[in-house]
Amino acid sequence: MTMIFGIPLQAFMGQLLIGLINGSFYALLSLGLAVIFGLLRVINFAHGAQYMLGAFVAMLMLQYFGINYWFALILAPIVVGLFGAVIERLLLSRLYKLDHLYGLLFTFGLALTIEGTFRYLYGSSGQPYAPPPQLTGATNLGFMFLPNYRGWVVVVSLIACIGTWLLIEKTKLGAYLRAATENPTLVQAFGVNVPMLLTLTYALGAGLAAFAGVLAAPVYQVSPLMGSNIIIVVFAVVVVGGMGSIMGAIVTGYMLGIAEGLTKVFYPEASNIVIFVIMAIVLLIRPAGLFGRDA
Amino acid sequence: MSHIAHSTTTSTARTERSATAAKAYAAFLGIGLVLLVVAPMFFYPIFLMKLLCFALFACAFNLLLGYTGLLSFGHATFFGGAAYFTAHVVKEWGVTPEIGILIGVAGAAMLGLIMGFFAIRRQGIYFAMITLALSQMFFFFCLQAEFTHGEDGIQSVPRGHLFGMIDLADTTSMYYFVLAVFLIGMIVIWRFINSPFGMILKSIRENEQRAVSLGYSVARYKLGAFVMSAALAGLAGGTKALVFQFATLTDVGWQMSGEVILMTLLGGIGTLIGPVFGAGLVVTLQNYLATSQFPVTIITGVVFMVCVLLFRRGIIGEFYASRLGRKLGFEHRR
Repeated sequence: MTMIFGIPLQAFMGQLLIGLINGSFYALLSLGLAVIFGLLRVINFAHGAQYMLGAFVAMLMLQYFGINYWFALILAPIVVGLFGAVIERLLLSRLYKLDHLYGLLFTFGLALTIEGTFRYLYGSSGQPYAPPPQLTGATNLGFMFLPNYRGWVVVVSLIACIGTWLLIEKTKLGAYLRAATENPTLVQAFGVNVPMLLTLTYALGAGLAAFAGVLAAPVYQVSPLMGSNIIIVVFAVVVVGGMGSIMGAIVTGYMLGIAEGLTKVFYPEASNIVIFVIMAIVLLIRPAGLFGRDA
Repeated sequence: MSHIAHSTTTSTARTERSATAAKAYAAFLGIGLVLLVVAPMFFYPIFLMKLLCFALFACAFNLLLGYTGLLSFGHATFFGGAAYFTAHVVKEWGVTPEIGILIGVAGAAMLGLIMGFFAIRRQGIYFAMITLALSQMFFFFCLQAEFTHGEDGIQSVPRGHLFGMIDLADTTSMYYFVLAVFLIGMIVIWRFINSPFGMILKSIRENEQRAVSLGYSVARYKLGAFVMSAALAGLAGGTKALVFQFATLTDVGWQMSGEVILMTLLGGIGTLIGPVFGAGLVVTLQNYLATSQFPVTIITGVVFMVCVLLFRRGIIGEFYASRLGRKLGFEHRR
């Protein structure tokens, strides 16, 4: 058997793949957080809950309406995005003029409420969600077997990340967004509907989280706790990357996911905390984060 | 001239007002003390002790949020960490309860020093996220460490004899011991807030840049406040471990950090006694819901959102800002 650093190649590549998959979710989620934070100056604590909502909406749509994975992948983000838009319009928008910490506290309460409700309705244990029949099975890459669905997750999350980046950096809507990030008052004076832009941004962020949730549903189990388990790690990712740049959030997400996967190979006891340790080291060396602009 | 005369009258008026406030405060304090002393005759003592521990925890947290303007999302580390330390040394080393609690406090202060050292490098929202991440790291440490016994926690911790003499297994003795710890903690907080150090902390809260330009080493003061707050949270946590005679993962989880924020927010951020009321409400609510099927998380979340949207001053803050409160001479700015 081929060995690499004293570890069987098979195991090494397997963990690397798991790391890459976790990294895909970290990237998608921290990207959404960065987009929302950039414009709204709110850290969306409910991001994990919206990720969980995405997975649950997909599962419930299958159970009650027989809507398959492919439609759920499009519909669930729309449903959760609309939910986000309503929350933003009715409640969150009242907090912009206050200290940013209130936005964090409000979304924390929102996350608790959503998570509590789903725990009440569906219990704490996870429920399986089968991958679509087109993507079952595995491909032999020569050095390892790649489960098709996992390969799909890596590819499609990469596409979603790059798509969002293009949307923000290259389109007219994105230009408005970036302008409003720099100076909302001036942009409003030019006749752009900034409050609408804020709502759209929050909906986009929530929708991205839900998209990640649907992608995650067949990989992990659909559980009310899946959101709060991942969001704290994503916060650490965001601290490492700094929220100044979209690309920074994406790259950091993948990097830390891989770092976590590799730690599982070499020193499994530390795999839970390696991202937090990296965060602490980055804070010592570069407090603003790897891609951060503000100190 | 007229300007000076004017300012003199307003300052006299203010002194008079704050004099009535001091009287009102003293009256409330007296009533509160009497109530606390006689309370075990009317309520279940364990419940009261739980309440006092959480009240002290919330006040310790408020020292940081209310008086320094730093929102820590990781205070469970100090509360639960001290609970583990105290439980461990009392059970395994057989030390007396007061020594056990002091070791818990020292441990919490140490953890505070480490977490604070990293967290004060960033401000605002980042500060909150860093404290949350580091406390999650501590949670995983407690999950895997040998002495915490993982999922089981440290169980059947003996309460022991206070100073080697007073048997704390007796619930009444335990209650008055907890009350004494609570009062000592509150006096320390009160002294701390009104010391020159506390004044500088308030100036940092109001305007960090100006505090820097006045020559204060802001980072050092923040770290001092963080350690102080952590140590007092540890005092509450260590005491709680002796009351319930166990220490578990619940006390170090992020939900606990959220709970203490809620207590403080509900009672009144930046008021000395607000968190006591907030803790009282949250603990009572939890006890009430513990027997029903309905999950506490939903209520907690909703109360959180309502507080942030409509009720940011909290109970005591609203009272200070109300007509009666202002008549009594209280001031509240937040």
